[in-house]
Amino acid sequence: MAMLHIVNKSPFERVAFESCLNHASAGDSILMIEDAAVGAVKNTRFSESIEAALKDKSVYVLSGDLAARGLSEDRIITGVTAVDYAGFVDLTVDNDTTQSWL
Amino acid sequence: MATKKFMFVNRKAPYGTVYALESLEVVLISAAFEQDVSLAFIDDGVYQIAKGQDTTGIGQKNFSATYKALGDYEINKLYVEKESLEERGLTLDDLMDLTWEDEDDDYEEKPSIHLVDRADMAGIMAQQEVVISF
Amino acid sequence: MALEINGTTYEQDEEGYLVDLGSWNADVATALAAEEDVELTDEHWDIINFLREYYEEYQIAPAVRVLTKAVGKRLGKEKGNSKYLYSLFPYGPGKQACKYAGLPKPTGCV
Repeated sequence: MAMLHIVNKSPFERVAFESCLNHASAGDSILMIEDAAVGAVKNTRFSESIEAALKDKSVYVLSGDLAARGLSEDRIITGVTAVDYAGFVDLTVDNDTTQSWL
Repeated sequence: MATKKFMFVNRKAPYGTVYALESLEVVLISAAFEQDVSLAFIDDGVYQIAKGQDTTGIGQKNFSATYKALGDYEINKLYVEKESLEERGLTLDDLMDLTWEDEDDDYEEKPSIHLVDRADMAGIMAQQEVVISF
Repeated sequence: MALEINGTTYEQDEEGYLVDLGSWNADVATALAAEEDVELTDEHWDIINFLREYYEEYQIAPAVRVLTKAVGKRLGKEKGNSKYLYSLFPYGPGKQACKYAGLPKPTGCV
Protein backbone atom coordinates (compact mmCIF):
# COMPACT_ATOMS: atom_id res chain seq x y z
CA MET A 1 0.00 0.00 0.00
CA ALA A 2 1.74 3.12 -1.22
CA MET A 3 1.13 6.30 0.70
CA LEU A 4 1.47 9.92 -0.33
CA HIS A 5 2.92 12.04 2.48
CA ILE A 6 2.17 15.75 2.17
CA VAL A 7 4.39 18.09 4.18
CA ASN A 8 3.77 21.85 4.51
CA LYS A 9 6.20 22.91 7.27
CA SER A 10 9.75 24.10 6.72
CA PRO A 11 12.26 21.44 7.81
CA PHE A 12 14.38 24.23 9.30
CA GLU A 13 11.64 25.29 11.65
CA ARG A 14 9.59 22.28 12.70
CA VAL A 15 10.21 18.57 13.16
CA ALA A 16 7.12 17.58 11.10
CA PHE A 17 9.20 17.03 7.95
CA GLU A 18 11.82 14.98 9.78
CA SER A 19 9.13 12.93 11.48
CA CYS A 20 7.48 12.31 8.11
CA LEU A 21 10.75 10.99 6.66
CA ASN A 22 11.21 8.78 9.71
CA HIS A 23 7.77 7.23 9.26
CA ALA A 24 7.49 6.91 5.47
CA SER A 25 7.98 3.41 4.03
CA ALA A 26 9.88 2.25 0.95
CA GLY A 27 7.83 2.91 -2.17
CA ASP A 28 5.98 5.86 -0.63
CA SER A 29 5.88 9.34 -2.13
CA ILE A 30 6.61 12.59 -0.33
CA LEU A 31 5.31 15.93 -1.59
CA MET A 32 6.60 19.24 -0.29
CA ILE A 33 4.10 22.10 -0.42
CA GLU A 34 3.85 25.63 1.06
CA ASP A 35 6.76 26.35 3.46
CA ALA A 36 8.07 22.79 3.09
CA ALA A 37 9.12 23.65 -0.50
CA VAL A 38 12.33 25.20 0.87
CA GLY A 39 13.41 21.67 1.80
CA ALA A 40 13.83 20.73 -1.87
CA VAL A 41 16.95 22.85 -2.34
CA LYS A 42 20.48 21.45 -2.75
CA ASN A 43 23.29 21.99 -0.24
CA THR A 44 21.22 22.84 2.79
CA ARG A 45 21.36 21.64 6.38
CA PHE A 46 18.48 19.30 5.47
CA SER A 47 19.40 18.11 1.97
CA GLU A 48 21.14 14.93 3.16
CA SER A 49 17.90 13.71 4.72
CA ILE A 50 16.10 14.15 1.38
CA GLU A 51 18.93 12.41 -0.47
CA ALA A 52 18.65 9.48 1.92
CA ALA A 53 14.88 9.31 1.40
CA LEU A 54 15.35 9.26 -2.38
CA LYS A 55 17.05 5.85 -2.15
CA ASP A 56 13.72 4.06 -1.77
CA LYS A 57 11.04 6.78 -1.97
CA SER A 58 9.85 9.32 -4.54
CA VAL A 59 10.11 12.97 -3.56
CA TYR A 60 8.19 15.85 -5.15
CA VAL A 61 7.87 19.60 -4.66
CA LEU A 62 5.02 21.87 -5.74
CA SER A 63 6.50 24.26 -8.31
CA GLY A 64 4.33 27.28 -7.44
CA ASP A 65 5.45 27.22 -3.82
CA LEU A 66 9.09 26.98 -4.87
CA ALA A 67 8.76 29.98 -7.22
CA ALA A 68 6.92 32.05 -4.60
CA ARG A 69 9.97 31.78 -2.35
CA GLY A 70 12.36 32.90 -5.08
CA LEU A 71 13.77 29.40 -5.63
CA SER A 72 14.28 28.26 -9.22
CA GLU A 73 13.88 24.64 -10.25
CA ASP A 74 17.55 24.29 -11.18
CA ARG A 75 18.37 24.50 -7.46
CA ILE A 76 16.47 21.44 -6.35
CA ILE A 77 18.15 18.22 -5.25
CA THR A 78 18.82 15.78 -8.10
CA GLY A 79 16.08 13.17 -8.04
CA VAL A 80 13.40 15.48 -6.61
CA THR A 81 10.63 16.19 -9.12
CA ALA A 82 8.81 19.52 -9.40
CA VAL A 83 5.07 19.13 -10.02
CA ASP A 84 2.21 21.55 -10.65
CA TYR A 85 -1.30 21.26 -9.21
CA ALA A 86 -2.29 18.70 -11.87
CA GLY A 87 0.74 16.62 -10.82
CA PHE A 88 -0.41 16.96 -7.20
CA VAL A 89 -3.78 15.50 -8.18
CA ASP A 90 -2.08 12.65 -10.07
CA LEU A 91 -0.06 11.79 -6.96
CA THR A 92 -3.17 11.54 -4.81
CA VAL A 93 -4.73 9.23 -7.42
CA ASP A 94 -1.61 7.08 -7.86
CA ASN A 95 -1.28 6.39 -4.14
CA ASP A 96 -3.67 4.30 -2.08
CA THR A 97 -3.69 6.68 0.85
CA THR A 98 -2.64 10.19 1.74
CA GLN A 99 -1.29 11.55 4.97
CA SER A 100 -0.83 15.26 5.72
CA TRP A 101 1.95 16.06 8.20
CA LEU A 102 0.63 19.29 9.70
CA MET B 1 8.38 60.98 22.15
CA ALA B 2 11.69 59.51 23.10
CA THR B 3 13.39 57.46 20.42
CA LYS B 4 13.92 53.82 21.23
CA LYS B 5 15.86 51.11 19.51
CA PHE B 6 13.28 48.79 17.97
CA MET B 7 14.13 45.51 16.32
CA PHE B 8 11.73 43.35 14.34
CA VAL B 9 12.94 39.76 14.13
CA ASN B 10 11.75 37.80 11.10
CA ARG B 11 12.01 34.02 11.34
CA LYS B 12 9.39 32.61 8.93
CA ALA B 13 9.28 32.03 5.19
CA PRO B 14 6.70 34.19 3.36
CA TYR B 15 3.28 32.94 2.12
CA GLY B 16 3.05 29.65 4.10
CA THR B 17 1.95 31.61 7.16
CA VAL B 18 0.86 35.22 7.62
CA TYR B 19 3.77 36.24 9.91
CA ALA B 20 6.01 37.78 7.22
CA LEU B 21 3.28 40.04 5.86
CA GLU B 22 2.08 41.02 9.34
CA SER B 23 5.62 41.90 10.34
CA LEU B 24 6.11 44.04 7.24
CA GLU B 25 2.90 45.96 7.97
CA VAL B 26 3.91 46.61 11.57
CA VAL B 27 7.35 47.75 10.39
CA LEU B 28 5.79 50.25 7.98
CA ILE B 29 3.48 51.56 10.70
CA SER B 30 6.35 51.85 13.18
CA ALA B 31 8.16 54.16 10.75
CA ALA B 32 5.46 56.77 11.36
CA PHE B 33 6.57 57.01 15.01
CA GLU B 34 10.14 57.96 14.08
CA GLN B 35 11.85 55.30 16.11
CA ASP B 36 15.26 53.77 15.51
CA VAL B 37 14.06 50.69 13.64
CA SER B 38 16.12 47.74 12.51
CA LEU B 39 15.13 44.38 11.04
CA ALA B 40 16.71 40.99 11.61
CA PHE B 41 16.33 38.13 9.15
CA ILE B 42 17.26 34.83 10.74
CA ASP B 43 16.21 31.19 10.21
CA ASP B 44 13.56 30.90 7.46
CA GLY B 45 13.05 34.69 7.62
CA VAL B 46 15.83 35.04 5.03
CA TYR B 47 13.42 33.75 2.34
CA GLN B 48 11.31 36.91 2.81
CA ILE B 49 13.90 38.99 0.97
CA ALA B 50 14.85 36.36 -1.63
CA LYS B 51 15.20 37.63 -5.19
CA GLY B 52 12.80 36.59 -7.96
CA GLN B 53 9.73 35.63 -5.90
CA ASP B 54 6.88 34.69 -8.22
CA THR B 55 3.51 33.99 -6.61
CA THR B 56 1.43 33.51 -9.78
CA GLY B 57 1.36 29.75 -9.13
CA ILE B 58 -0.12 30.05 -5.63
CA GLY B 59 -2.60 32.88 -6.16
CA GLN B 60 -1.28 35.08 -3.35
CA LYS B 61 -0.21 38.70 -3.49
CA ASN B 62 3.55 39.02 -4.01
CA PHE B 63 4.59 41.53 -1.34
CA SER B 64 8.33 41.22 -1.89
CA ALA B 65 8.44 44.53 -3.81
CA THR B 66 7.37 46.32 -0.64
CA TYR B 67 10.73 45.56 1.03
CA LYS B 68 12.25 47.85 -1.63
CA ALA B 69 10.18 50.73 -0.22
CA LEU B 70 11.72 50.40 3.26
CA GLY B 71 14.53 52.77 2.27
CA ASP B 72 11.92 55.50 1.63
CA TYR B 73 10.72 54.93 5.19
CA GLU B 74 14.27 55.44 6.47
CA ILE B 75 14.47 51.82 7.50
CA ASN B 76 17.93 50.91 6.32
CA LYS B 77 19.34 48.52 8.90
CA LEU B 78 18.43 45.07 7.63
CA TYR B 79 20.63 42.51 9.37
CA VAL B 80 20.83 39.13 7.65
CA GLU B 81 22.40 36.20 9.46
CA LYS B 82 25.19 34.48 7.54
CA GLU B 83 24.66 31.05 9.11
CA SER B 84 20.93 31.11 8.32
CA LEU B 85 21.74 31.69 4.64
CA GLU B 86 24.40 28.98 4.59
CA GLU B 87 22.19 26.38 6.25
CA ARG B 88 19.68 26.95 3.42
CA GLY B 89 22.16 26.82 0.54
CA LEU B 90 21.76 30.56 -0.06
CA THR B 91 24.19 33.44 -0.49
CA LEU B 92 23.87 37.23 -0.48
CA ASP B 93 23.44 37.04 -4.28
CA ASP B 94 20.13 35.23 -3.76
CA LEU B 95 18.69 38.25 -1.93
CA MET B 96 17.06 41.35 -3.40
CA ASP B 97 19.21 44.42 -3.86
CA LEU B 98 17.74 46.59 -1.10
CA THR B 99 19.08 50.13 -0.85
CA TRP B 100 18.33 53.55 0.59
CA GLU B 101 19.14 57.06 -0.61
CA ASP B 102 21.32 59.10 1.71
CA GLU B 103 19.93 62.64 1.59
CA ASP B 104 23.00 63.98 3.37
CA ASP B 105 25.30 62.45 0.78
CA ASP B 106 23.78 63.75 -2.49
CA TYR B 107 21.12 61.01 -2.52
CA GLU B 108 23.72 58.33 -2.96
CA GLU B 109 22.25 54.82 -2.98
CA LYS B 110 23.62 52.75 -0.14
CA PRO B 111 22.98 49.10 0.70
CA SER B 112 20.43 48.39 3.44
CA ILE B 113 21.38 44.75 3.88
CA HIS B 114 24.14 43.99 6.36
CA LEU B 115 25.43 40.44 6.51
CA VAL B 116 26.35 39.52 10.08
CA ASP B 117 27.34 36.28 11.75
CA ARG B 118 25.34 34.69 14.54
CA ALA B 119 27.49 36.09 17.33
CA ASP B 120 27.19 39.63 15.92
CA MET B 121 23.44 39.18 15.53
CA ALA B 122 23.18 38.21 19.18
CA GLY B 123 25.16 41.32 20.06
CA ILE B 124 22.92 43.60 17.98
CA MET B 125 19.83 42.03 19.55
CA ALA B 126 21.25 42.61 23.03
CA GLN B 127 21.50 46.35 22.34
CA GLN B 128 17.79 46.74 21.54
CA GLU B 129 15.23 48.34 23.84
CA VAL B 130 12.23 46.71 22.18
CA VAL B 131 12.36 43.43 20.26
CA ILE B 132 9.31 42.13 18.44
CA SER B 133 9.60 38.67 16.96
CA PHE B 134 7.53 37.20 14.15
CA MET C 1 -21.34 51.63 -1.28
CA ALA C 2 -20.94 51.87 -5.03
CA LEU C 3 -20.32 54.40 -7.77
CA GLU C 4 -22.31 54.36 -10.98
CA ILE C 5 -20.55 55.78 -14.04
CA ASN C 6 -21.93 55.38 -17.56
CA GLY C 7 -23.77 52.22 -16.64
CA THR C 8 -20.79 50.56 -14.91
CA THR C 9 -20.89 49.92 -11.16
CA TYR C 10 -17.73 50.39 -9.09
CA GLU C 11 -17.88 48.88 -5.63
CA GLN C 12 -16.53 50.95 -2.70
CA ASP C 13 -15.72 50.00 0.88
CA GLU C 14 -17.42 51.68 3.83
CA GLU C 15 -15.00 54.62 3.66
CA GLY C 16 -15.41 55.12 -0.07
CA TYR C 17 -12.20 53.42 -1.23
CA LEU C 18 -12.44 51.41 -4.43
CA VAL C 19 -12.66 47.68 -3.69
CA ASP C 20 -11.14 46.51 -6.99
CA LEU C 21 -7.93 48.42 -7.76
CA GLY C 22 -7.94 47.08 -11.29
CA SER C 23 -11.27 48.69 -12.16
CA TRP C 24 -9.92 52.23 -11.68
CA ASN C 25 -9.88 54.75 -14.52
CA ALA C 26 -9.73 58.54 -14.82
CA ASP C 27 -13.55 58.84 -14.78
CA VAL C 28 -13.64 56.99 -11.48
CA ALA C 29 -11.11 59.42 -10.01
CA THR C 30 -13.17 62.38 -11.20
CA ALA C 31 -16.35 60.88 -9.75
CA LEU C 32 -14.73 60.01 -6.41
CA ALA C 33 -13.47 63.59 -6.16
CA ALA C 34 -16.86 65.00 -7.13
CA GLU C 35 -18.42 63.07 -4.21
CA GLU C 36 -16.27 65.27 -1.96
CA ASP C 37 -16.92 68.44 -4.01
CA VAL C 38 -13.40 68.49 -5.43
CA GLU C 39 -12.69 69.31 -9.05
CA LEU C 40 -9.44 67.67 -10.16
CA THR C 41 -6.78 70.00 -11.60
CA ASP C 42 -3.45 69.11 -13.27
CA GLU C 43 -1.83 69.57 -9.86
CA HIS C 44 -4.14 66.94 -8.36
CA TRP C 45 -3.40 64.60 -11.26
CA ASP C 46 0.37 64.91 -10.73
CA ILE C 47 -0.08 63.50 -7.25
CA ILE C 48 -2.66 60.87 -8.26
CA ASN C 49 -0.42 59.60 -11.08
CA PHE C 50 2.58 59.57 -8.76
CA LEU C 51 0.66 57.48 -6.23
CA ARG C 52 -0.41 54.98 -8.84
CA GLU C 53 3.17 54.59 -10.07
CA TYR C 54 4.41 54.16 -6.50
CA TYR C 55 1.82 51.49 -5.83
CA GLU C 56 2.66 49.70 -9.09
CA GLU C 57 6.32 49.55 -8.07
CA TYR C 58 6.10 48.80 -4.33
CA GLN C 59 2.60 47.34 -3.86
CA ILE C 60 1.76 49.82 -1.11
CA ALA C 61 0.43 53.35 -0.83
CA PRO C 62 3.21 55.49 0.67
CA ALA C 63 2.89 57.11 4.09
CA VAL C 64 2.39 60.89 3.96
CA ARG C 65 5.97 61.55 5.06
CA VAL C 66 7.27 59.34 2.26
CA LEU C 67 4.90 60.92 -0.26
CA THR C 68 5.98 64.45 0.70
CA LYS C 69 9.65 63.64 0.31
CA ALA C 70 9.17 61.81 -2.98
CA VAL C 71 7.00 64.57 -4.46
CA GLY C 72 9.68 67.10 -3.53
CA LYS C 73 12.29 65.08 -5.31
CA ARG C 74 10.13 64.40 -8.36
CA LEU C 75 8.07 67.59 -8.81
CA GLY C 76 10.29 70.17 -7.12
CA LYS C 77 10.95 71.44 -3.59
CA GLU C 78 8.06 73.96 -3.66
CA LYS C 79 5.64 71.02 -3.94
CA GLY C 80 7.39 68.69 -1.53
CA ASN C 81 5.79 70.04 1.63
CA SER C 82 2.65 69.24 3.53
CA LYS C 83 1.24 72.78 3.11
CA TYR C 84 1.12 72.35 -0.65
CA LEU C 85 -0.26 68.80 -0.47
CA TYR C 86 -2.92 69.81 2.07
CA SER C 87 -3.96 72.72 -0.16
CA LEU C 88 -4.78 70.15 -2.85
CA PHE C 89 -6.17 67.47 -0.54
CA PRO C 90 -7.55 69.16 2.59
CA TYR C 91 -8.75 65.86 4.13
CA GLY C 92 -5.18 64.60 4.16
CA PRO C 93 -3.01 63.84 1.11
CA GLY C 94 -2.62 60.20 2.11
CA LYS C 95 -6.28 59.43 2.65
CA GLN C 96 -7.87 61.60 0.01
CA ALA C 97 -5.38 61.33 -2.85
CA CYS C 98 -5.12 57.56 -2.41
CA LYS C 99 -8.88 57.31 -2.59
CA TYR C 100 -9.04 59.18 -5.91
CA ALA C 101 -6.12 57.09 -7.20
CA GLY C 102 -8.10 53.94 -6.47
CA LEU C 103 -5.59 52.69 -3.91
CA PRO C 104 -6.23 51.27 -0.45
CA LYS C 105 -5.78 53.62 2.51
CA PRO C 106 -2.04 53.92 3.31
CA THR C 107 -0.74 51.48 5.91
CA GLY C 108 -0.54 53.23 9.26
CA CYS C 109 -3.03 55.91 8.25
CA VAL C 110 -5.99 56.02 10.63
